[in-house]
Amino acid sequence: MMEDNSPKVISDKIPFYRDVRFLKVFFQILFIIGIILLAGFLYSNMLNGLSRQGIELNLTFLNSEAGFELSEGIDFEPSETFLKAFWVGIVNTLKVSILGIFSATAIGFFFGIARLSSNWLIRQIASVYVECFRNIPLVLQIVFWYAIMLVLPVVRESISFFDSIFINVRGVYLPALEGTAGLILWLWYLLSGIIIAIIVVLGLAAFRYFFQSRELHATSRPSFISNIIFGAKWVAAPTFLIIAIVGWFLTPEVPFELSRPEFRGFNFVGGMNFSPEFTALLIGLAVYTSAFIAEVVRSGIQAVVKGQREAARSVGLKESQVLRLVVVPQAIPVIVPPLTSQYLNLAKNSSLAIFIGFPDLFQVGEIMMSQTGQSIPIFAMIMVSYLIMSLTTSAFMNWYNHRITRIGRSR
Amino acid sequence: MTENENTTNDPIIICEDVHKWFDDFHVLKGITTTFKKGEKAVICGPSGSGKSTFIRTINRLEEHQRGTIIVDGIELSNDLRNINLIRQEVGMVFQQFNLFPHLTNIKNITLGPIQVRKMSKNAAEEAALALLERMDIADQAYKYPAEISGGQQQRVAIARALAMEPKIMLFDEPTSALDPEMISEVLDVMRELAHSGMTMLVVTHEMGFAREVADRIMFFDEGVVIEEAPPADFFDNPQHERTKLFISQTLQH
Ligand SMILES: Nc1ncnc2c1ncn2[C@@H]1O[C@H](COP(=O)(O)OP(=O)(O)OP(=O)(O)O)[C@@H](O)[C@H]1O
Ligand SMILES: [Mg+2]
Repeated sequence: MMEDNSPKVISDKIPFYRDVRFLKVFFQILFIIGIILLAGFLYSNMLNGLSRQGIELNLTFLNSEAGFELSEGIDFEPSETFLKAFWVGIVNTLKVSILGIFSATAIGFFFGIARLSSNWLIRQIASVYVECFRNIPLVLQIVFWYAIMLVLPVVRESISFFDSIFINVRGVYLPALEGTAGLILWLWYLLSGIIIAIIVVLGLAAFRYFFQSRELHATSRPSFISNIIFGAKWVAAPTFLIIAIVGWFLTPEVPFELSRPEFRGFNFVGGMNFSPEFTALLIGLAVYTSAFIAEVVRSGIQAVVKGQREAARSVGLKESQVLRLVVVPQAIPVIVPPLTSQYLNLAKNSSLAIFIGFPDLFQVGEIMMSQTGQSIPIFAMIMVSYLIMSLTTSAFMNWYNHRITRIGRSR
Repeated sequence: MTENENTTNDPIIICEDVHKWFDDFHVLKGITTTFKKGEKAVICGPSGSGKSTFIRTINRLEEHQRGTIIVDGIELSNDLRNINLIRQEVGMVFQQFNLFPHLTNIKNITLGPIQVRKMSKNAAEEAALALLERMDIADQAYKYPAEISGGQQQRVAIARALAMEPKIMLFDEPTSALDPEMISEVLDVMRELAHSGMTMLVVTHEMGFAREVADRIMFFDEGVVIEEAPPADFFDNPQHERTKLFISQTLQH
């Protein structure tokens, strides 16, 4: 059977303490046990310490009456619970973070590309912007913007743009789309549109799958999935659009109307209002982060090798096409990971709201701590909330990066 | 001897006293020459002599600072319109291929025709497939550049340039980055292109190719053309010491 000079086959029977597969799992389990023990030790220590001071850890206080007011956010009465107050803080943080991320991205891309412009003046302006705003501490910038908001004209003398945007000492007033009574009806039309579209597509796909392509060769016969995609694109989307549009006109009252801020009596009504605190925080976060994003964008674009631009020019593309079709698509995968950490920084930096009294997650938490003395659970709640926000952002950005990263960059 | 039957007498590129500086480094020191429609010129010379820089001035990847370049009746000036027109008439193949890694091979080829020539997607893809067929790599159309060999990538790059239906093709050391066994597949394609009557300016160290295909060999040294002649004269009867040395060195191996 086996020749003498054939290589020696290593036996399958390895003692477990030398088996790599076993050792890998073993050490991981050991590590997890260690962590659990350590955490348990710390936790029981903390409970002991707290009970010696007569404090008990539980979350029942969340259901008691808050008794304080919040200056802005979703409607909130002092008679509502602490839990509701906390929720108001979360929504405020989300609002400023999301708006901040969008504005910082737009401004950052603009200045990042401008820093590489062939125009000397544009390049200089962009680099002054970046160097100024990323080198001054963010707290200072936020307080600075807040100071500016507070010296704006009084309501009666608002600065106005096109008679629809007003800026004054009470903040910024913008037009907004508001749902009307017709909105609900229209949403029903949309829902039925979706259902009809799904039925149509499934029916069509089944029909094509079973009948139409019978005579085709088995291999070239489109799969059920590809039939669905085809149907979704060419049948379902148009069906849905038609129902949505017809529904819009059938609804007696137009579903949305543009509400503009109007001066009535002593103040503006209608539209939407950003308070001075919110505005200062938003501008501070967006401007500061955009300076970093500009650098990220610039280095991403510079990471695209020179030969790529040259090849794009040599086939006759104009400079704007070179940028849009060749450079930016290759820069995006380089930009996304550091961009993600800028987004996370922005969300976390929004906790600086406490310096200008904007009721974000952290500030509401602070008030709750001083009212209840329950600092440990509240701190835990705050940290977990930030953690959830950050992990969600990371997960989304990772998914996006994965989707756009094409197979290997050549060479 | 190998005077190509396609070469005409109509000039297509006219260079008059072309100078180029990189800061204060004088790279091209007065190049005056005329290329005729259908002519195949091979450019050789030592490293750093300005060969690449010269052919790159012809489609304005490098700007020349003095003298005139006229391509197919259009003067290469600072007029953006002229630059764009000339780039549409001049195709270029690079040493490092420079394919767009985020696009499939066929999309690499159709990008120019669709975006610049405003061809329909279908027409452009049909033309691209025909070109790939001609390059003998039709089966690689829907792969990404990173998934094919160097020789295949360079042929996709040639197809990308040809898709714009240029009148002139520039080659900057198209085989220098290739493994030896892939060089001939690229040279074959270039030979076929030469026979089709394309005007070609080729920077290369492939002297066998030069001898066979070129109408004229130009020898660059320190930014000037010190010798130019048909291949037979160039190889067998070089005039300059510098040229003699170069030929003996390149033919040694
Ligand atoms: N962008 C640039 N900036 C400054 N100097 C440059 C630049 N490009 C080329 N040079 C210099 O110009 C000279 C000519 O370069 P070029 O690339 O034209 O040489 P070449 O003849 O093609 O050489 P090779 O055979 O090595 O490709 C070289 O000395 C090179 O260092
Ligand atoms: Mg070169």
